[in-house]
Amino acid sequence: MANAVSPPSAPLDSGATPLSAEQRLSFYRTMVLSRAIDERCLSLQRQGRIGFYVPASGQEGAQIGCAAALEPDDWIFPAYREIGLALWRGIPFRTLLDQFIGNAEDIMKGRQMPNHYGFRDKNFVVASSPIGTQITQAVGAAMAIQRRKAATVTATFFGDGATSSNDFHAGMNFAGVFRTPTIFFCQNNQWAISLPRERQTRSSTLAQKAEAYGFPGVVVDGTDVDAVYRAVRSARERAVRGEGPTLIEAQVYRYGPHSTSDDPRRYRADEELQAWKRRDPILRLKELLLSSGQWTEAKDAALLDEVRAQIAQAIEAAEAVPPVAPATLFEDTFARRTPQLEEEKAAFERLVQEGVIRP
Amino acid sequence: MTEMTLVQAVNRGLHEAMKGDPDVLVLGEDVGVDGGVFRATEGLIKEFGPDRVIDTPLSECGIVGTAIGMALYGLKPVAEIQFLDFIYPAFDQIVSELAKFRFRSGGQYPCHVVVRAPYGGGIKGGLYHSQSTEAYFCHTAGLKVAIPSTPADAKGLLLSAIHDEDPVIFLEPKRIYRAVSGEVPDGDHRVPFGSARTVVPGDDVSIFAYGAMVPVATEAAEALRGEGISAEVVDLRTLVPLDEATVLASVEKTGRAVVVHEAARFCGFGAELSAILAEKAFYSLKAPIARVTGFDTPFPYALENVYLPNAARVAHAARATVRSG
Repeated sequence: MANAVSPPSAPLDSGATPLSAEQRLSFYRTMVLSRAIDERCLSLQRQGRIGFYVPASGQEGAQIGCAAALEPDDWIFPAYREIGLALWRGIPFRTLLDQFIGNAEDIMKGRQMPNHYGFRDKNFVVASSPIGTQITQAVGAAMAIQRRKAATVTATFFGDGATSSNDFHAGMNFAGVFRTPTIFFCQNNQWAISLPRERQTRSSTLAQKAEAYGFPGVVVDGTDVDAVYRAVRSARERAVRGEGPTLIEAQVYRYGPHSTSDDPRRYRADEELQAWKRRDPILRLKELLLSSGQWTEAKDAALLDEVRAQIAQAIEAAEAVPPVAPATLFEDTFARRTPQLEEEKAAFERLVQEGVIRP
Repeated sequence: MTEMTLVQAVNRGLHEAMKGDPDVLVLGEDVGVDGGVFRATEGLIKEFGPDRVIDTPLSECGIVGTAIGMALYGLKPVAEIQFLDFIYPAFDQIVSELAKFRFRSGGQYPCHVVVRAPYGGGIKGGLYHSQSTEAYFCHTAGLKVAIPSTPADAKGLLLSAIHDEDPVIFLEPKRIYRAVSGEVPDGDHRVPFGSARTVVPGDDVSIFAYGAMVPVATEAAEALRGEGISAEVVDLRTLVPLDEATVLASVEKTGRAVVVHEAARFCGFGAELSAILAEKAFYSLKAPIARVTGFDTPFPYALENVYLPNAARVAHAARATVRSG
């Protein structure tokens, strides 16, 4: 099975690296937090406390390595499986949880399913569910960056399935033609819901698709946070120098289901999962930190306790927030309500008053 | 005031907006060097350069997707889709993305893109250069839909669209791009959205139309006048937002309504307009509402003249409503 093929295996510390001990430690902390949130949210969903969840376990190395290599001014056009990116950008778990619950403090005002969030002040564009639509948008924003002559880039995130979408091809093509400062970051997690990577495309790698559009594509071991960081850093430098886009294929594995709505045991073998878990991005980094003396098992246990306490506290606080107010439904369709929407809002409020609609 | 055709007025509107704001840019297929297949963007590349008049690869989802990214970043893109019939590869970007950005982000990300597209029949364009599918866009919350019928409105509505804060689908009646010339105000002339125009005042029956059907409705009203029937013609100008007040006031006065569009009848915009009249002007109506529309078939090539509503069909329907009550 093609999926069982291991990604290129380079030792984590392969020669010259721009990463300091502190940087690696902060990667590690965020990766551990990301994993712990995933585990907790899956159970919150099973308990009916959030409606849905999209786990990212197994992809933390790719997400944190990439996020760390970007600058805060770089715009992120995410898909819906990017919790590591959001955490690295400084979005507190509590803020994400407000969105998962859709409570009155959710910045998205309870409008989207869990994991579909965005934060303008963090240059983190709001995600949607259709596959690949963010890709052309990231290229358009990069065209705007060119027009503004800013020394920034856009980075767009998608999975192996999205490489079959219209927007992937249109976006790659526009990026090649206009040489936009765009990083196409594909997390090839081997499965698009039930479809394995080799059924998505006959290409031997996803990265090689960049060649047809006239720019480089690179494969990187997505379980190696250092390698991801270096690949993205170099793509970013290229983009800022005006040399155009890069496609990066980070090879990872999705440990959990596509979302809480499917059961991966229906379509894939457990041996495959276990093989990938042996090269878990968090374990690999932990081993490196332990062997270099920067970390101890005691510190690790303390970190886990701290992270779990932090998560529990956020859950308690977010669940105490009242639900989103019904009248907010009539905000933000347009900048200002049309006369028709004013009328519908007034009719809605009367129905609420009369008890016909019970929020 | 300068006399010009409708397509020239579109061109002048784009020019005015680009001159006034360096963030306004135009992108689409053949919009640059060629000046657009209908010449709507003629001369713009010479004046504003290829960075602001962008010839794109042949991909509608690429055009609208990149326009959305530009708008999120703060530019004001005006995307041209060469024919409305070719907009469907961009449909996902328009209905799933453009229309929903502000709402789904809780108001954090307004997304102001103007998508221009020539629409409608009458140019021997067959199925794929003739359709009038405005209802798809009217049915999607978060999009505004404007359709001018005169040169002055083409410029005035386009400038309002470009200065709006919301996404606008701007449909241009290509059949009358050059059919009529009209006086167009110079400078930053804007026609506000949601303000229908009473083209011909009348007392016996209200005829509602937009785009290329406005001259048809007007011709019908003239014929009816000769028969002693006083028809009022109302040009809706924007379907979203709809100027309900003007529509209702007209029917309250005349007691009869004929709705005209070249789009197919079933679930067309006329269905919405008829429903609004039935809900809100029921007690003013003296006769059933009549619709004069395209037929519920794909758009035909050789038979387009019998497919498209003409003045005779509009007058026939108006006469019937006047006689029936």
